[in-house]
Amino acid sequence: MSTGITIDSVTKEFRIHDQQAKSLKERFISMGRSSYTEFLALDDVSFEVPSGTTVGLLGHNGSGKSTLLKCVAGTLRPNKGSIRYEGRLAALLELGAGFHPDLTGRENIYLNGSIMGMSSRQIDRIFDDVVAFAELSAFIDQQVKYYSSGMYARLGFAMAVNVDPEILLIDEVLAVGDEAFSRKCLDRIDQFQKAGTTILFVSHSVELARELCDQIAVLDAGKMIAFGDPNDAVRSYRASLHERGLTAAGDSGEIAATGEVKLVKSWVEMPVEARDWVRPDEQLRIHAVYESAMKIDDILFAIALHDQRGTLIHSSNSSVMGTEIHEIDGRVHVTYLLTHIPLLFGTYDVSLGAHTQNGGYLYSQEDAVLRFNVGDSAKADGIIEMPFTVTVEPVDSRVGSD
Amino acid sequence: MNDSQDDSHRQVPRPVARRSVANAEAPSLLQRLGAVWTYRELLGNLTRKELKVKYKNSILGFMWSLLNPLLYLIVFSIVFQQILRAQIPTYAIFLLSGLLVWNLFSTGLASATGSIVGNASLVQKVWFPREVLPLSSIGAALVHFFLQTLVLASAMLVLRHAPSPTGLLLIVPALICLLLILSGLGVFLSALNVKLRDIQHLLELVLLAWFWFTPIVYEYLPIQERLGSSSWIAFINPVLPIVMAFQRALYNPPSGIVLPDESLLWYFRNLGVSAVAGVVLVIVGFMMFGRMEADLAEEI
Ligand SMILES: Nc1ncnc2c1ncn2[C@@H]1O[C@H](COP(=O)(O)OP(=O)(O)OP(=O)(O)O)[C@@H](O)[C@H]1O
Ligand SMILES: [Mg+2]
Repeated sequence: MSTGITIDSVTKEFRIHDQQAKSLKERFISMGRSSYTEFLALDDVSFEVPSGTTVGLLGHNGSGKSTLLKCVAGTLRPNKGSIRYEGRLAALLELGAGFHPDLTGRENIYLNGSIMGMSSRQIDRIFDDVVAFAELSAFIDQQVKYYSSGMYARLGFAMAVNVDPEILLIDEVLAVGDEAFSRKCLDRIDQFQKAGTTILFVSHSVELARELCDQIAVLDAGKMIAFGDPNDAVRSYRASLHERGLTAAGDSGEIAATGEVKLVKSWVEMPVEARDWVRPDEQLRIHAVYESAMKIDDILFAIALHDQRGTLIHSSNSSVMGTEIHEIDGRVHVTYLLTHIPLLFGTYDVSLGAHTQNGGYLYSQEDAVLRFNVGDSAKADGIIEMPFTVTVEPVDSRVGSD
Repeated sequence: MNDSQDDSHRQVPRPVARRSVANAEAPSLLQRLGAVWTYRELLGNLTRKELKVKYKNSILGFMWSLLNPLLYLIVFSIVFQQILRAQIPTYAIFLLSGLLVWNLFSTGLASATGSIVGNASLVQKVWFPREVLPLSSIGAALVHFFLQTLVLASAMLVLRHAPSPTGLLLIVPALICLLLILSGLGVFLSALNVKLRDIQHLLELVLLAWFWFTPIVYEYLPIQERLGSSSWIAFINPVLPIVMAFQRALYNPPSGIVLPDESLLWYFRNLGVSAVAGVVLVIVGFMMFGRMEADLAEEI
């Protein structure tokens, strides 16, 4: 039975040597102590990953996520604080699990297994599963230096998930591998979650984190600025990115919502009730009921549609569309009418928001609260439904060529 | 989850329990040695890996490690016996009996020193007692040593040169002393080399000087004659008693020539000095390693 992970005021300081004074001469000249600046990569971070739950780590590049995972995995030792857990731990730190390029896949599985503390008999037993999961049976006796980066990552992932860990650390490795393999990894993670494995994982995909995690911790320049409910944490994460002049993927980078106006209810009204998809030439209504705690006169309602890759398809608001709102007090019912939907076959996410006219003050922001399917438009590939015709006529080759 | 714990134990292979605490404090010396012991199977696998990687894509493979002492044998036989006219009977056996231990020492120490830097990708990605890396380099050197003794054994067969039956008692203790010294120094230098990459290059020079100060291609007696009553100074070199123990056991000269005319006990006493040096080096080496370990993954 694993106990979860307790991270207790962990501080990690890196010494950045000024000119990487690694030669004796330089050390000698500076009397043995090279000058360095200290860099606080983790600043008093404390949180707990309760047993059997999944906690995500979000943060901008260089915020210390990988550093924290390395501390948990034990490859780095924190300067202060402690990390406690009990149980078998498997770590997938960034790319690859430390395979040796000159060894074959088979040899690496055995080496890696024994690095994880397994006996060769134990590795014998999981060997076939690892190879099958990685789908590398044709390449298993090839040196891994000839593997593609996706194959390399597959082997690492297959290894980590087949040692039946009680605690699993994952650092951004889900991003590599083709779609089919990513799906397989996510399925396996799902199985782990059901089986009660404790998971701590780093991702840059807010959507993925929100989907998988029970709780999210957000790091900002080594400090933990939020921990807990995924939606709140994502909000802090976006605020932290915004402060740095950055935006999260697929996000327009609003400031944190204040919650003065709340989305009470929202739904999609299909043109034909019995059908769960809509044709491009049909109408779609999106309804939202907002409630404000007080009288508010500077407000507009915004809508955004994203496809499944996170590409913004459309974003607009009541003000742009010429709907003036003088003030709201209590509940209001907002209806967006999409008179036709020039989109191709697919699933689309609807995000709803409410903010001031100049956008500086965000009352409410709900990403991907609704979703609808567009069907019956499979005549083309791409994103939008574009009406057009094609004509084909013979060309007189003597005249037309020059 | 806790109910299924026990029966799943039989079905699913599980790695041995991982350490559960990552504290700011470094683990004690005993904890370190204990961790190395729990990971002894990894030690074997890493040793095997080292050998495999070394001879991957090479046609002669392990033969290379035999060619090294053969080449030495030929060159030194020509230089010392034919040109310098040294008076050492069956020089080949004399040279090899000292040279092979020395090779174990020097290649072991050099590869141990570079082992952590050379395995950076492992050190940064997975936790395991890092001491295992230099130790496995020493393990690989030990395998080469045993292979090279085949060369010596066949030379002894061909030349009909018998070892000293009682002297052979010295072999195992001498080898243990050497491994202690090697482990202590190797573990320490492997960590130091991460901070100061010059160690690797400096070591090459030191080993070269050390080789010539140790009576391997020439005999010990002239040193003793030169130093007289203060010949203990020569024993500051902890490898000396080990080399001499091997020469005594395998070369086994007629009394009074090449090696000092002393009882077996004298050799054992000298080995005792090496053993003490070895134990001290292991303790100090592992302790210093512990101090530097925290920074290894980040400085590498
Ligand atoms: N070995 C090291 N020496 C010095 N500084 C380091 C070292 N490792 C990491 N850092 C610094 O620590 C900070 C945190 O790095 P870390 O890799 O944890 O970031 P991250 O949150 O994982 O970023 P990313 O999203 O890009 O993966 C960075 O500023 C980095 O430069
Ligand atoms: Mg990272």
